[in-house]
Amino acid sequence: MLRRRSAVAIFAGALLGAVLSVTNLAQATVVPQTAPSPTADHSKFKELQKQFTSGPEVTKACLTCHTEAAKQVHRTKHWTWEFINTEKNQKLGKKNVLNNFCISIPQNQQYCTNCHIGYGWKDKNFDFTSEENVDCLVCHDTTLTYTKQPGMAGHVVGQDMEFPKGSGKILKAINLSNIAQNVGKSSRDTCGTCHFFGGGGDGVKHGDMDSSLYAPEKDVDVHMDVDGLNFTCATCHQTSSHDVPGSRYTPTAKDKGGRLIRGKSEGENPATCVACHDTKPHKAEKSKHAERLNNHADKLACQTCHIPAFARGGVATKMSWDWSTAGQMDAEGKPIIKKDDHGHTIYESRKGDFVVAENVKPEYYWFNGGITYTLLGDKIEKNDKPVGINKIEGSATDGKSMIWPFKVSRGKQPYDPENKTLITPHTTGPKSGGGYWTNYDWDRAARQGMADSGAPYSGKVDFVSTEMYWPIKHMVAPKEQSVGCAECHAKDGRLAGIKGIYIPGRDANPLIDKAAWLLVLLTLAGVLVHAAIRIFASKKH
Amino acid sequence: MVERVYIFKRFERFWHWAQAALIIFLLLTGFEIHGTYSNFGFEKAVELHTIAAWTLVGLWTFAVFWHFTTGEWKQYIPTTKRVTEMVRFYAFGIFKGEAHPFKQTALSKHNPLQRLAYLGVLLVMNPLIWTSGWFLLFYGSWASWGFPNLSLELVATAHVIGAFMILLFLIVHVYLTTTGHTPLAHIKAMITGWEEKH
Repeated sequence: MLRRRSAVAIFAGALLGAVLSVTNLAQATVVPQTAPSPTADHSKFKELQKQFTSGPEVTKACLTCHTEAAKQVHRTKHWTWEFINTEKNQKLGKKNVLNNFCISIPQNQQYCTNCHIGYGWKDKNFDFTSEENVDCLVCHDTTLTYTKQPGMAGHVVGQDMEFPKGSGKILKAINLSNIAQNVGKSSRDTCGTCHFFGGGGDGVKHGDMDSSLYAPEKDVDVHMDVDGLNFTCATCHQTSSHDVPGSRYTPTAKDKGGRLIRGKSEGENPATCVACHDTKPHKAEKSKHAERLNNHADKLACQTCHIPAFARGGVATKMSWDWSTAGQMDAEGKPIIKKDDHGHTIYESRKGDFVVAENVKPEYYWFNGGITYTLLGDKIEKNDKPVGINKIEGSATDGKSMIWPFKVSRGKQPYDPENKTLITPHTTGPKSGGGYWTNYDWDRAARQGMADSGAPYSGKVDFVSTEMYWPIKHMVAPKEQSVGCAECHAKDGRLAGIKGIYIPGRDANPLIDKAAWLLVLLTLAGVLVHAAIRIFASKKH
Repeated sequence: MVERVYIFKRFERFWHWAQAALIIFLLLTGFEIHGTYSNFGFEKAVELHTIAAWTLVGLWTFAVFWHFTTGEWKQYIPTTKRVTEMVRFYAFGIFKGEAHPFKQTALSKHNPLQRLAYLGVLLVMNPLIWTSGWFLLFYGSWASWGFPNLSLELVATAHVIGAFMILLFLIVHVYLTTTGHTPLAHIKAMITGWEEKH
């Protein structure tokens, strides 16, 4: 969903002048003060001085100069939505994995691929070799007027059109020439258009990425602070040939490489904290505990102390989604929506029960970067233990792990109790299409969804508890707000569940403590008795 | 007029009381770091404990120097002579109002039982608390010192055991100061340096 952009578009139709000023203001906050000025003014290029009626037309114009750009994009995860984890021998990527939010992509392509950096991925016949179907503008727009509508498979409205067909609703065209003539570097706005809305809404999925990062204050993100460093996403996720470094499939859990120096960056992830801050980041002139804190950095990920909580920008994140309660109707048989005191939806007939939260303390686990997914077709068991949609690896002893903060999204989602596999239901689309959100029929949604995935379906739908681990790495707080010593060095502190290390203040040998205190008491009693006898005896004399 | 002997010299008294204060403060902050109770807060407790530890290191440097240059280290040479007499006195004689079997002089300040106790302090308690404490102060250097796999749990537990020993010593030590000819006589001597003879 492109809420912010849609909102801008609506304004554009009604109050063009007002929008222009809003846009200018927004842009002023986006461009870093230190940004080098570009050497090309795209509005002077003949290729762009014409009316465009569709996205691919613009791309063709771009490619006349940027001849290799589309080929570069074709090699990236942003395009393929596929990632092969060679270590775990798993075929991952958005196209293949499941989650415990909206569950899966292939069943609901026209909606999900709204966030694909291409035009027209509406079914499995999409041509991944097409250069003109690469969407340059979704990342390089600087006007904030480039919008996409759900259900159009990533296409944009280049000419006024009725959508959905027969609805009588007319969608206004966006000004593609203006957008094309003003292209520039990616920004928090362009990346955020998709990444802040993962899971189907603002802040839903990640917890550490939401619309508050469009223009965050220092408290929310010390690096992106609009009045300070004003980083864009790409400041850390610095691209090379359109490939954006940083991965949720094979994250860098422990960066031993140290600070990245020019000429030494081959194969190293530039998006880690260490890539700029080095492995001993605390300096004696800035902290009286510098050495002690640097000692902590061999076991604790920077994020563990420096991101005290996620969802800190005023946008709630979804902590739990229980699909098993979906489908309840009111007395008149109509779908229900329940909201909490803050206006957050906590029940929806289409989707079930939600738990949402802001300012959430993360959970902490040893993590070495190894992640295994439960993919469609993998056998699962329904028992007391939730199924790990992804399972993280790590321990105190493997030499590769650090203690990391996580958002753990929990919930219940459909599975096939006979085949013992997860189910990829068809949810979106019009009533005729059979999606759950219009028909409220699990069997139909599952049958069609599993057919789309080419997976067997027994005809039975049950629900299984699942959990999914999201390493927290964004929304780094100012140092004054980092997690204090006593929050972990305590009996029931943040790291209460971390095994394999001795934490002073949390740990003690209970046997030694008990025996020693007993000895102390006995000694005290001994001297008191001795004193009493002395006093008693002296009185007798 | 009561006869008095000068037992404890000025530096000795200063050393004793400074060390007493530091040790009690280290016990207080140490048991807070250990999670036994809460007063300063963990962070402050660690800071203060570290400062007190380094202060004690400084004090000890002077004390060791003083003991060797003055020959006072000889006070700690252990002896088993008349130990049973001492034990008998504390177990029985003291209740009957018997005189203390040991006569304190400037050349021999410690009774045989004290000498044995301080031998224990020097051979067991101090090495345990100092070695473990030194390692804890330099946690980040273990690998470069050649102990990459040293367990923090082991070192910390040794330090805690050392702390308990000091606490036990402190209780008994303080109590035994009351066994002079008056309950405060020994303490007075440690303040003024002069012990009254009886």
